[in-house]
Amino acid sequence: MSVTREEVAKIAALARIKVDEHDLDRMVPEFNNLLAWVEQLGEVDTSAVEPMTAVIPQKLRLRADVVDADPLTGGGRRDAVLANAPRAEHGFFGVPKVIE
Amino acid sequence: MTNITDLGVKALRDGVAAGQFSAVEVAEAFNAAVAEAGELNAFIVTTPDAALDAAKKVDAARAAGQPLGKMAGVPIGMKDLFATQGVQTTAASHILEGFKPQYESTVSQKLWDAGAGMLGKLNLDQFAMGSSNETSYFGNVISPWRRNDGGNAPLAPGGSSGGSSAAIAARLCPAATGTDTGGSIRQPAAFTGISGIKPTYGRCSRWGIVAFASSLDQAGPMARSVEDCAIMLEAMAGFDPKDSTSLDMPVPEWTAGLNADLTGKKVGIPREYRMDGTDPEILASWDAGIAWLKDAGAEVVEVSLPHTKYALPAYYIVAPAEASSNLARYDGVRYGLRDLPEGAGLQDMYAATRAAGFGPEVKRRIMLGTYVLSAGFYDAYYTQAMKLRTLIQRDFTEAFKACDVILAPTTPTAAFALGEKTEDPLAMYLNDVFSVPASLAGLPAMSVPAGLNKDGLPLGLQLIGPAFDEQGVLNAGLAIEQRAGFTAKPEKWW
Repeated sequence: MSVTREEVAKIAALARIKVDEHDLDRMVPEFNNLLAWVEQLGEVDTSAVEPMTAVIPQKLRLRADVVDADPLTGGGRRDAVLANAPRAEHGFFGVPKVIE
Repeated sequence: MTNITDLGVKALRDGVAAGQFSAVEVAEAFNAAVAEAGELNAFIVTTPDAALDAAKKVDAARAAGQPLGKMAGVPIGMKDLFATQGVQTTAASHILEGFKPQYESTVSQKLWDAGAGMLGKLNLDQFAMGSSNETSYFGNVISPWRRNDGGNAPLAPGGSSGGSSAAIAARLCPAATGTDTGGSIRQPAAFTGISGIKPTYGRCSRWGIVAFASSLDQAGPMARSVEDCAIMLEAMAGFDPKDSTSLDMPVPEWTAGLNADLTGKKVGIPREYRMDGTDPEILASWDAGIAWLKDAGAEVVEVSLPHTKYALPAYYIVAPAEASSNLARYDGVRYGLRDLPEGAGLQDMYAATRAAGFGPEVKRRIMLGTYVLSAGFYDAYYTQAMKLRTLIQRDFTEAFKACDVILAPTTPTAAFALGEKTEDPLAMYLNDVFSVPASLAGLPAMSVPAGLNKDGLPLGLQLIGPAFDEQGVLNAGLAIEQRAGFTAKPEKWW
């Protein structure tokens, strides 16, 4: 399978990465080169094989049903959460206007 | 007296405990070595005060007769992928430039609790994506090693833990943390003549490590001896309820269990790793490794890992897929860079921020991951890759019925020159051909130095064990270390 310039542009849009025309020219052959290489996986008959879901099988744990069971990952840390925000206002993340 | 900076983890810790030198003297010696080595670009930020503060605490604890931790008085480098409270953590990216975590990663906290101190945050490939440390936003790391041809071409220290490997080889620190997603501890260790172990997936908590591919990412120690790696791994490992894939198992006393007598052990030599075009010097060092392990008492058997050739392409579906999902968090809203063009809306802000903040290799992998997960392609690529991952793991399970540990080269070549492979992503990816299979199977694997090639550059040998058997890997590594007698070190030019 190979992808077109338009398809690479669509992938970039889905990934929310702005790509200029010049970069797109470079990316298309690069992308097709990688896809052609990974496609060798198709030669293996895997019809009777289950896809891996966990590399080391283990049960997912439940934490205690307690508020702030772990103070580090619990709530009440608004200032720490906002400390690295490029723009924080009134205790919220600031973003450009979404509704016109 | 020996130079303090030539000493390893155990010698430093024991020397501090015995009063041969103070922890502060140790920290000062390494701080000075770090300060002199700007040319290597191994550190993104240096934290001499943090190293001194930790050392003062150790000296005070010793003076008060308190028990000292496993890493007491040992200053280390911290790969800049671990969140360190109040100290910039970037994953070598522009998008996280200036990010100061509000919390400490579990692994780094455990190391500080064990008495280690931080010399600084080590450079790496951006988001740990790369095999040469050439994708860092903060510039290439230069290996302290040079070819013996007098040409002085700057060489790659390997990647992604290239700052770690360069710093340890250059005696800027006795040990450092690394992380390994497809070989990022083992390959740089091999390139720089040091040791490094990636433990079983889940041994070390991922909490507070900047995520790349969560089903593969695993932290581990890098140092100049097998025993130093064992000591540091004991301090790093352990169950953490904050990581859902953390292994809820006791941490074995690997150091106490070290034993280079391999009598009764079987070492597997995987037939499929003898690939066409592999450097003859790599094959010769593999043969030397076989002879050393026989000399240590082991029986050598041939094993087969039939799906080996599919490991790398499967990895380059799985890892980018997970990366595309993990790196969706960098949106210019919660932390890091924001690029808001004049009059732009939210969607434009996301796209502009990510275009400005990610380097080309990161973009390439995010896009590849986005593609293989997209509607209509998911089964053909992602599901098929996860099926291959099952088969690759099954190969190892079968092989370990016939042997206790597997011996293979770490890399297909010695260190290459900077710039040599940057034009062709595929050529760069192929450097991880021997390290990726163990990553896909979640197995413990280590690289130890085996010798120098004709250019005077280090070559590494890799040991892979069954899940949870770090001890077997370390023991076989120790047997090689004792016989290889690797004492070469790069001559100081920086």
